Amino acid sequence: MPTIRLDNLVKRYGNVEVLHGIELEMAENEFTVLVGPSGCGKSTTLRMIAGLEDVSDGEIYVDDKPVSHLEPKERDLAMVFQDYALYPHMNVAQNISFALRLARRPKSEINAKVKEVAEMVGLTDFLGRKPGALSGGQRQRVAMARALAKDSGIFLFDEPLSNLDAKLRGQMRAELALMSQRVQKNMIYVTHDQIEAMTLADRIVVMHGGYIQQQGTPEELFKRPVNKFVAGFMGMPPMNFLDGALEERVGEIWVTGEGFDLKLSGEIAAKAKAHSSREVTLGIRPSDLSYDDAADPATALTLDVQVSEYIGAQSVLLCKCGSAQVMVEVNSESPVALGQTLTFAVNQRGVHLFDRTTENAL
Amino acid sequence: MRTAMANRLTPYMFMAPAAIIMAIALMYPLGYMVWGSFRDWNPSQTIGEAEFVGLKNYIFLWNDPNFHESLGVTLRFAFFVVTIEMVIGVGLALLLDREIRGISLLRTMFILPMMIAPVVVGLMWRYMYHPTVGTFNRFLDSIGLPRVDWLGDYALTSVIIADIWQWTPFIFILSLAALQSLPRSALEAARIDGATGWQQIIHIKLPLMMPVLIVTALLRLIDAFKVLEVILVMTEGGPGLSTEILALRISRTATEFRELGVAAAMSNYLLILLLLLTVGMFAFNRWQEARAARLNALVEEES
Repeated sequence: MPTIRLDNLVKRYGNVEVLHGIELEMAENEFTVLVGPSGCGKSTTLRMIAGLEDVSDGEIYVDDKPVSHLEPKERDLAMVFQDYALYPHMNVAQNISFALRLARRPKSEINAKVKEVAEMVGLTDFLGRKPGALSGGQRQRVAMARALAKDSGIFLFDEPLSNLDAKLRGQMRAELALMSQRVQKNMIYVTHDQIEAMTLADRIVVMHGGYIQQQGTPEELFKRPVNKFVAGFMGMPPMNFLDGALEERVGEIWVTGEGFDLKLSGEIAAKAKAHSSREVTLGIRPSDLSYDDAADPATALTLDVQVSEYIGAQSVLLCKCGSAQVMVEVNSESPVALGQTLTFAVNQRGVHLFDRTTENAL
Repeated sequence: MRTAMANRLTPYMFMAPAAIIMAIALMYPLGYMVWGSFRDWNPSQTIGEAEFVGLKNYIFLWNDPNFHESLGVTLRFAFFVVTIEMVIGVGLALLLDREIRGISLLRTMFILPMMIAPVVVGLMWRYMYHPTVGTFNRFLDSIGLPRVDWLGDYALTSVIIADIWQWTPFIFILSLAALQSLPRSALEAARIDGATGWQQIIHIKLPLMMPVLIVTALLRLIDAFKVLEVILVMTEGGPGLSTEILALRISRTATEFRELGVAAAMSNYLLILLLLLTVGMFAFNRWQEARAARLNALVEEES
């Protein structure tokens, strides 16, 4: 299925530029997720690919052919909308077959296709129903089936799960992952939910303020965020940030700030040494801190435990480090009491440093 | 106990003024008319002096060729007016449902005719249709075409054109409102599914607008049956009976022929016709609500 390339894509509404030259390449059969907070330009990018928004500048290539002047229907794509966008006056079968009927495919082929995709999404018993008589999850399935029936090379999803309740969302997410394995298509998926992005994507593109911040596999983004925004956006509970300064003492490099003094080692120490500025932000994920009374104070944080949020096997401790708040993920069995000051060992491989002015990773 | 009683009565007390006004301004004259329609009643008599004749007025009208003619004119007028207005009004709405420069000014201009008093509309069109000095014939003269006897040979057509000019905007604004409340994403989905502009109109827009269009058409139909002033001013029902719609015939029967009983009976026939339409409209609304409720019930049952 086709490759898609966005070349210096710009979108302006009047004088306001909302997308500032997006460069992106999506390989064959890749599941790409555009993720970012609302207003970051991810939906606009998707709608430009779909042809629902005009391209102000730049070009979209599908298999190296420019398509930005084409109508949506000429672009060989299917789309699932956030509000499902079903045709309320047509029943499920008519909704699914609308594109095929417009294309004047033979009746037998249409019927076979409707049956096939309805089975795929589990709607066989509801083909005669109108959308008004379906639940949210069922409507979402119809939208999915309608897109599947088109047999397009490109599949676009615009926040398809955000109108569903939490439980259904999890279930549909799993089904979507299964479906994306089965149908080999180029899928582009927009969401503001980083968990959806992490679980579904072959490749995640993090957007913010009309720019691409970083793209890569979920693991790359989680382990090696290029800047503070990506680091804070990916991962739940979010990464802790502590402002500090780099100091060299007898050949070792330390990061020190209000309430902490941490010796760096390994790769991050080398990076810190090489960096010109001394003003940094220390980033540590809640899962890279572990409760350890016997930890070496040079590679540990001492925190005041204030609140414990029990979420099952894990608990999230909200702690104070100086005036900053730090979250720690611990096993719920850990003997931690509120109000205590405890030592938490820092996983050196999980230490991130960001330049305080540019916010880029060292 | 007393407060409970007072609470229960409160809504009725709030409704009472409206109910009293309705009774005085609507039910009383209506009852008077129904009562009068069973009498041989001359304007010089009080209603008590008029002789009771039972259904005589109704039977007379049932067999009266002039009444038939008038009813026919009314039906033809209403049919053509509503059909053509619907087509043009909905068409305009489909055309103007877009963001282009000056569109709001254009929309405002389109609805201006609706705001002019019917008598003024009648006078305006009578002048424009005038055989010698009217705008239309002067125009035909200037481009070398023969004159047309607008309010003579083509009286009904001319009257229909004037009504279309005045009332198309009504359908236009309602259709436009309906169009703009359609779900945008469904239309976008249709574009992606490969629907052309026409196909979007036929398969998505019109079906989704249909409930509004049906109510609009019924409202216009009811109005078209009651039209009076424009035609009265333009043709006074002539030539012959060619534009004598029912409302006009009723007024002439009462004033010129001085037969109040017959006029009342004719009004009742018209009233029955309008009631049928209104009931039809309510039935349609109820049917739609019932359908929506049934669908909701079905969903809740399953979840």
